[in-house]
Amino acid sequence: MTQPSVGITGFGAYLPRLRLQRKAMANANAWFNPGIAGQGKGERTMANWDEDAVTMAVEAARDALPGGADPIHARRHVDAVYFASTTMPFADRQNGGIVAAALSLSEDIFTADVTGSQRAGLSALIAGLEKAKSGAAKHVLVAASDKRKARAGSTQEFQIGDGAAAVLLGGDRVAARFLGSHSVSVDFIDHFRGEGEEFGYGWEERWIRDEGYSKIVPRVVKGLLEKTGVAAGAIDHFILPCQFAKLDQQLAAKCGIDAAKVRDNLAATVGECGTAHALLMLAHVLEDAKAGQKILVAAFGQGCDALLFEVADAIGDVRPHRGVKGWLARRKEETNYMKWLAFNGLIEMEKGMRAEKDNKTALTVTYRKRDMLFGLIGGKCDKCGTAQFPRTRICVNPNCRAVDEQKPFSFAELQGKILSWSADYLTYSQDPPSHYGMVTFEEGGRFLSDITDVDIGTIDTGSKMRMVFRIKDFDERRGFRRYFWKAAPIQ
Amino acid sequence: MATGIKDKVAILGMGCSKFGERWDMGAEELMVEAYIEALKDGGVETSQIQAAWLSTHIDEQSVGKGGTPLSVALRLPNIPVTRVENFCASGSEAFRGAVYAVAAGACDIALALGVEKLKDTGYGGLPTGQPGTLLPQWGANGSAPGNFAQLASAYRAKHGVSKQDLKRAIAHVSVKSHDNGAKNAKAHLQKAITEEMALNAPMIAEPLGLFDCCGVSDGAACAIVTTPEIARAMGKKDIITVKSVQLALSNGLESMHNSWDGSYFHTARIAAKRAYDEAGIKRPRDEVSMMEVHDCFSITELVTMEDLFISDEGRAVNDVMDGFYDAGGKVPCQIDGGLKCFGHPIGASGLRMLYEMYLQLQGRAGARQLKNPKIGLTHNLGGSPSMNVCSVAIIGAQGA
Repeated sequence: MTQPSVGITGFGAYLPRLRLQRKAMANANAWFNPGIAGQGKGERTMANWDEDAVTMAVEAARDALPGGADPIHARRHVDAVYFASTTMPFADRQNGGIVAAALSLSEDIFTADVTGSQRAGLSALIAGLEKAKSGAAKHVLVAASDKRKARAGSTQEFQIGDGAAAVLLGGDRVAARFLGSHSVSVDFIDHFRGEGEEFGYGWEERWIRDEGYSKIVPRVVKGLLEKTGVAAGAIDHFILPCQFAKLDQQLAAKCGIDAAKVRDNLAATVGECGTAHALLMLAHVLEDAKAGQKILVAAFGQGCDALLFEVADAIGDVRPHRGVKGWLARRKEETNYMKWLAFNGLIEMEKGMRAEKDNKTALTVTYRKRDMLFGLIGGKCDKCGTAQFPRTRICVNPNCRAVDEQKPFSFAELQGKILSWSADYLTYSQDPPSHYGMVTFEEGGRFLSDITDVDIGTIDTGSKMRMVFRIKDFDERRGFRRYFWKAAPIQ
Repeated sequence: MATGIKDKVAILGMGCSKFGERWDMGAEELMVEAYIEALKDGGVETSQIQAAWLSTHIDEQSVGKGGTPLSVALRLPNIPVTRVENFCASGSEAFRGAVYAVAAGACDIALALGVEKLKDTGYGGLPTGQPGTLLPQWGANGSAPGNFAQLASAYRAKHGVSKQDLKRAIAHVSVKSHDNGAKNAKAHLQKAITEEMALNAPMIAEPLGLFDCCGVSDGAACAIVTTPEIARAMGKKDIITVKSVQLALSNGLESMHNSWDGSYFHTARIAAKRAYDEAGIKRPRDEVSMMEVHDCFSITELVTMEDLFISDEGRAVNDVMDGFYDAGGKVPCQIDGGLKCFGHPIGASGLRMLYEMYLQLQGRAGARQLKNPKIGLTHNLGGSPSMNVCSVAIIGAQGA
């Protein structure tokens, strides 16, 4: 009996707009750690203050999922979600459920968080593929995302990047056929982060390189090639996130794979995005992959996961909306290291008394209004056709006023336009001035919206906006954070 | 068929505390300060007051909830006291309650008192808080200046006004109010400023600088109202009567429906029309002698000139720059300094506006007295441009 052929049916990525210049990082820290000066090359992605693993995963999934103005129906087919991260905002509240809600996926689906190791992204991918293969789910979304913290001036601070990637899996119109996977689980403690700890603790790099990567990766690759019956020389793309320069090429060679097949690990432009990184590199490779090519992707972390794909003809029809290349191009250089410290809670800023406002959230309300708050779903009046946000019982159109005639209507994928705006220095913001304005939609509807990813003096009445799912507020007293949608200038 | 309240109610007495940073006084003492003045002015005793309305906006900061703070502070004789709250238009709401009670014949003499103690927060600007349980989960992270600043970008876009021209016009609005406030001993801010100072002040919320924002003040103001007949029987001459008190509230159109362009106050236009109808005013630009409008921010005052149909649409910038609303202009506006300089103790502001109109109509405004005003208009707004409460009241000499 032949197993049904499953594989990747869609892929996408997300990189935050800000690119922290490593030169600025080095300049700020060289007084303390002169050895860091050599790290001052290139840039790393830097999440905005209102981004976390969940919000970045939502963006990556939006990048991968089919487009269209109506996500409620366009995404109904997704029946399983795996969300991988080691920096989930909630230790006990399913983070993948937040991702699914923000995407307006059906509520009658399987969702799970996969965590605990840097290779969790690929572990989730394997789990998703196995689920699709078994027929337990037909359209699986796997998203991986990380916003890892490192101490100021540490090597990790230079090496890490913030980002996310997502793939869709299934058996229809497969763009990259899944040939098999192989895993090794070894409690090799290259680093760890204990319960309640903000920062990881790592062992000597030379040991990690020689006893870790150099022994475990070849073992997994060998096992995978044997299992799938594919020769090392047949591999066209070798993907391995690895912070040691050129080690990926040495390991490829050791496995019999031409070093030229080793793909860019984005260290110069992004940094390593934790659990998302293997998927991010995979998404990057898929953007240019040709039918018939074989892709081997591996991720290290207390062992190693490796998967093999064969690119199929449908690759030509499957495109992310923006893709890794698109996100790489959308960038703003950030040279303010103090801003980096503040955004990441590495320094205590004087916030002023306005920041003392209690942000306790009424969870009953959050639940009752979940489609509005997570999905940006308003209403459209069946009687007069007026789109409106939020959805209410009585139509806002002064010439209609129909009662209970509004059907759910999503604003998440609609383009907005600024009617009015201000940049507010009085209200507390993690990134002052707080920009907000009346955002209107051509389809009807408007609301006074926070504006994010914006530079002073760059927007005005008429500016076009894209809606993005972001952190609205932190409730530091209770360890909670609220999410909602904001407008971001289309860049 | 309702006949309105024109000339059915007279103002018997009014009082207003000194506004400002009243570090020495709490809301209770401020209420007494305004009340004592009103009692003396009206020749009234506490035992004659039959019903009272108290307006405060921020109960956590001022006096707490309910009507008891007023009843206790003034030792009122166990009469009905109602606390009203309608954002920054609360003061006008208290006045409306008292006026309607008298007009309805429910009582002979009623009291409206507004108070706010804002300078117990520990920081400048208005206090912050969570407005309910749903809005904090999705409403924009804004402040009052940022919300009102929205008007500027929409007004510029609609009328093709340059950033510089609008900034200069709103600077003139503030310069004028500072000139007026300098002549008012009860005002919070009594120093004149120059246009350059206004233009170069630190930015609060683009494009509003420090001098585009009103003072945050402690204060109280009150009115005692009765029927014109009782007023006359009590020996009052030159009776000031209420011509109209109107209120219009947003119903979600501005914030949810694309028919509103963001450059004006939808409610103010409705309230103004109703008020002019009730007061029998046909040509407001010619018939209104003077105004106290809700100049929480300079841009608010500027667009309000059009919403009250004094300036033609798109012409407020020209009228402002021509000095039409200055003390020596055709329709002086904020002759007491306005919210800008007299100050803005929220619950008191609507009554403070009426206090100035009342003094002016009686020729008792001292150094800032206008020549022979007949009709005074107050415009008291609460909320934000896209969701608000707007009150327009008109008072004048009986028979005017």
